[in-house]
Amino acid sequence: MSPKQESLIWIAQRGSAMVLIIGLIVHLGAIIAAVQGGISAAEISGRMNGHTGWFVFYLCFLVAVSIHAPIGLRSILIEVTSLPNRSVGLISLLLAVMILAPGLRAIFGLYGVEW
Amino acid sequence: MKQQDENPKHLTVKVWRGTAQGEFQTYQVPRRDNQTVLDVVTHIQRHIDPGLSYRYACRVGMCGSCAMTVNGKPRWTCRTHVSKVTEGDTLEISPLRNHQVIKDLSVDMTEFFDKWARAEGAFVATKTRNDDFEAILPTDKQRKIASAGIECIGCGVCYSACDVVDWKKEYLGPAALNRAWTLVNDVRDGGMTVRLQSIAGDAGCHACHSQQGCVEGCPKHLNPTAAIAGLKRRAAIAVLKGEL
Amino acid sequence: MQQHRNHSNYWAFLVHRISGLVLAVFLPVHMLVLGLAIEDATRFDGFIEWTENPLVKLAETGLIILLAAHLTGGLRVLALEFLPWHDWQKTVIAITGGISLAIGLVFLLNAS
Repeated sequence: MSPKQESLIWIAQRGSAMVLIIGLIVHLGAIIAAVQGGISAAEISGRMNGHTGWFVFYLCFLVAVSIHAPIGLRSILIEVTSLPNRSVGLISLLLAVMILAPGLRAIFGLYGVEW
Repeated sequence: MKQQDENPKHLTVKVWRGTAQGEFQTYQVPRRDNQTVLDVVTHIQRHIDPGLSYRYACRVGMCGSCAMTVNGKPRWTCRTHVSKVTEGDTLEISPLRNHQVIKDLSVDMTEFFDKWARAEGAFVATKTRNDDFEAILPTDKQRKIASAGIECIGCGVCYSACDVVDWKKEYLGPAALNRAWTLVNDVRDGGMTVRLQSIAGDAGCHACHSQQGCVEGCPKHLNPTAAIAGLKRRAAIAVLKGEL
Repeated sequence: MQQHRNHSNYWAFLVHRISGLVLAVFLPVHMLVLGLAIEDATRFDGFIEWTENPLVKLAETGLIILLAAHLTGGLRVLALEFLPWHDWQKTVIAITGGISLAIGLVFLLNAS
């Protein structure tokens, strides 16, 4: 990775971290409130369906974590394994897809959009 | 006050012998009051085993030549009192980690200094003797930042303490990056562009995880972690401005 | 030749890295389970019943603690990289923040 790319990755990691700190506080607050007295699929759909505010929030939250986790994994792979950089990049990208794809499906589905 | 002759205690000292391959050999060394680890090593070489290879110069904590791993931590042996580090009456002495071992306790520091050069740790002049002096006040913010890091004497303790150096062979390391940061803050220096390119790359500052083994170990109480954090911020500004 | 690593910032780093790795593995699972809520409500509710199992509750608690640890570890890194340096403050943020967050969450979750 070039100095430019490495620096951009660092910015993306710290930036997504800041988004996640705020997002997590909101998310955990919402979940704790929601699970009081048990949780069910119907409850979640009911809460999220058509609610644009939560839709936008969770989209941003999901994108942030889809950036943050793979970059973190990348550091671990580089320092702990002897995998070539190309493989490291591919595995990290794979994690991004594995979080983003089902996550988008869930968010769009709960909002009420057919995936 | 303990009389040395009346109470002859001994230290059991394990010393690394060999190169990267080798083994620990055990020696019994007379224990004295006010004894440093360098005293111990010197005693072994002079009175027990003349074949032991080790390095020192000033023996008063100024040159950094005597750095070795003592009970797992990199230290200046001339500044390490035995009473402060010994566990029971034992000591374990081995060469500095992360450097190639030449023999016994002597290491090859070529790569350490090569990385210093690779980090563009050299001042790039922009004026000639015919120009006027650059007027920099000692209270100048950037000068203070630079001054906080310039006392480094290249002893290699921080490099030895750093886990990232261990995990990532090309990583420039705390000393080289600390030096680069002092030059980034030197307004007279003309090498900013090239320097940012080298410290922000694959082998550069972004690999630091702020574990601060360097801060823990530096005998001059410098702070390479803070310097590296500064480099990260400076590189980010550079890329956002399109300078990288 | 083992290196002694008894200083707090080393442990902070290690906890941060391990918690991050565990959370990264957990996340795709989390998204898939959530997808069940729309796709197959019965299966989702069945899954929720399964999570009433005390062992699962324990694992959930563990995850929350790891999350709290990772978050406060991250706050420590951000403080080190962006704020003026004060030696002891950085570790204090991490420790106190982590403990309080973890306790709070565990209490609140167990209250449901």
